[in-house]
Amino acid sequence: MPKKSMRTAINEAMRLEMRRDPTVILLGEDVAGGRGGTAELEDAVGGVLGVTKGLYREFGPERVIDTPITESAIMGAAAGAAVTGLRPIAELMFVDFMGVCFDQIFNQAAKFRYMFGGKAKTPLVVRAMSGAGLRAGAQHSQSLHSIFTHIPGLKVVVPSDPYDAKGLLIQAIRDDDPVIFLEHKAMYDLEGEVPDGAYTIPFGEANILREGDDVTIVALARMVHVSMEAAKKLQENGIKATVIDPRTTSPLDEQTILESVENTGRLVVVDEANPRCSFATDIAALVADKAFNHLRAPIQLVTAPHTPVPFAPNLEDAYIPNTTQVIAAVLKVMQHDRNRAA
Amino acid sequence: MSNISAIIMPRWGLTMEEGTVTGWLVSVGASIQSGDDIVDVESSKLSGTVEAPATGILRRQTVPEGQSVPTGTLLGVITDQSTTESEIDEFVQSFKVVVPEQTDDDAALAREIDVDGHKFSYLRMGDAPKKVLLIHGFGGDASSWGYVQQSLSLQYDTIALDLLGHGGSSKSVPDGSLAGQSGNVAAFISALELNNVHIVGHSMGAGIALALAFSRPDLVSSLTLLAPVSLGGEINADYLKSFIKAEKRRDLEAVLRQLFYDGSAVNRALVDDVIKYKRLDGVTEALQTILSSFAPEGDQRDIWRDRLGELKVPVTIVWGKNDQIVPSSHADGLESVANVILIENVGHMPQVERPDQVIAAAKETIERAK
Repeated sequence: MPKKSMRTAINEAMRLEMRRDPTVILLGEDVAGGRGGTAELEDAVGGVLGVTKGLYREFGPERVIDTPITESAIMGAAAGAAVTGLRPIAELMFVDFMGVCFDQIFNQAAKFRYMFGGKAKTPLVVRAMSGAGLRAGAQHSQSLHSIFTHIPGLKVVVPSDPYDAKGLLIQAIRDDDPVIFLEHKAMYDLEGEVPDGAYTIPFGEANILREGDDVTIVALARMVHVSMEAAKKLQENGIKATVIDPRTTSPLDEQTILESVENTGRLVVVDEANPRCSFATDIAALVADKAFNHLRAPIQLVTAPHTPVPFAPNLEDAYIPNTTQVIAAVLKVMQHDRNRAA
Repeated sequence: MSNISAIIMPRWGLTMEEGTVTGWLVSVGASIQSGDDIVDVESSKLSGTVEAPATGILRRQTVPEGQSVPTGTLLGVITDQSTTESEIDEFVQSFKVVVPEQTDDDAALAREIDVDGHKFSYLRMGDAPKKVLLIHGFGGDASSWGYVQQSLSLQYDTIALDLLGHGGSSKSVPDGSLAGQSGNVAAFISALELNNVHIVGHSMGAGIALALAFSRPDLVSSLTLLAPVSLGGEINADYLKSFIKAEKRRDLEAVLRQLFYDGSAVNRALVDDVIKYKRLDGVTEALQTILSSFAPEGDQRDIWRDRLGELKVPVTIVWGKNDQIVPSSHADGLESVANVILIENVGHMPQVERPDQVIAAAKETIERAK
């Protein structure tokens, strides 16, 4: 199977769906142009990081629409287009800019189906870049998946590899509800095996990346790779970890997480987002609520601190959860058990 | 040093690069019969047992329990009583990996050919005058032959194709009946200029092989049929329907367990491979097209057991006695027209559960042909 980058996988998903379905359109800041607008449109660079490259040339200005820098207009237009029969993919560049258009997302797109008694469909995909590590500063580096997960009516996708990204994005485009699709900007060059054709991955099915009986690690996006690295090192010390990537935070595959914790009795959640009212606390609450009697040690959360993402490179590096922290958390849950037994 | 036999780490599937010895079942010094279970091995996809390749005494365990080694690595040595320790030492030291090099890029073996507007994907291995075509079953693909193809390729030019609607081949299936699919296979054989082939077919693939042998006897030199369809009416229609229907890994795993005598042989990686295939656009429709023409009412439509006698080529039928998909009783009474091999403690997947027996049966059948 051919190896492709995350960037290529996401590009292919949009290209295949735009070919298959003429109602799929793409709009957003620099989806055709980019890099300061110096490129000719016919040779469009396709976004600041080149994810939409080539789509303008193939589908033209009717379906690949560069918008003004007005997030509220992008999201308002996209939500309106969705309820009137198109399948828009709206790109907001950095997820950090969503605040400008929360009304369009939270009060309009997420509520249409509910407020119209199930008679309206809102097949809208909102793509945005997420995550720290690119020296982009506090307003361009956040991980905001928890905020969208909090809103009923939104589906939230946080892929961790190219295969998942393509299948989940095609699923998102075919879905009749608004989907927030978050791409970690530090993973665009990550490569993996991706089929050439179209395929879908259903929402609400976690991916189990490795299986071990000692501890369950739940992680998203880039933290999946940090956790896998930690699991590999732990294995050398005889500690066997299960690593679960929920892939979608809404809907959430509770069953896979609970079944694993029922087996291991230990849970570590790894998340790049700020810790309060977050994905990490949500998973911890789920397990405390529904699998408490299976726990052999207190749940450990490995998250960023509750601060903005620092701009100073050394501080930004210290901010992002790393393998050492995950290993320490696992050792702590393993140690707890031994202390109690002794 | 006449009677030294090597026990090697098998390769169960193209993606298997290494395996772990999970347990030696026989101690050094013990007498063993050829075919005895001697060592348990686990890959990331399957666990299974390696059988003794020869009768003699287990003299060495060269890989201890718990260790992972590349496929083709020497695991142990069987000799007769007379072989000296120094002869064994020399054999162990000079042993070379017997299957193709680990650096072989399997992807490079995967090829495609356009036949009448349909893309066929296939794996070709080996360089020899005799050509062996491997036809997988419903929902399978070329890679499911794995170790069987690897092993046969040491002696034959082997071609494992993906049927239409399967694997990397086009997902549109013009005619899902056995005869219809055999027409596509005939076109594939012509396109590759194979002239005539020995066929090893599994389940539906065996039914397609039979259809081809009846309609184009010029193309078929021998038939090794594993758990074949079309020899009786009964088939586990629930399995076929739930295989198509399963969208989530959890559901699919339960379905796949029915394929094996020991359901625990199905692990995460195997389920992942099948679910990735099932999620490709067009696959559900293709499988439904096939099912509706080949078992429209829940029973098999084409039953050809009375026609086996017409065949002028060697026919071998290999069946697991614990097959839960197509009952092995369909082979009853066919001994006069085919070499029937029934295997204990094997389900619907003899090529995975007992690859060594399948390989031996295929070779015997191929060599019996004129």
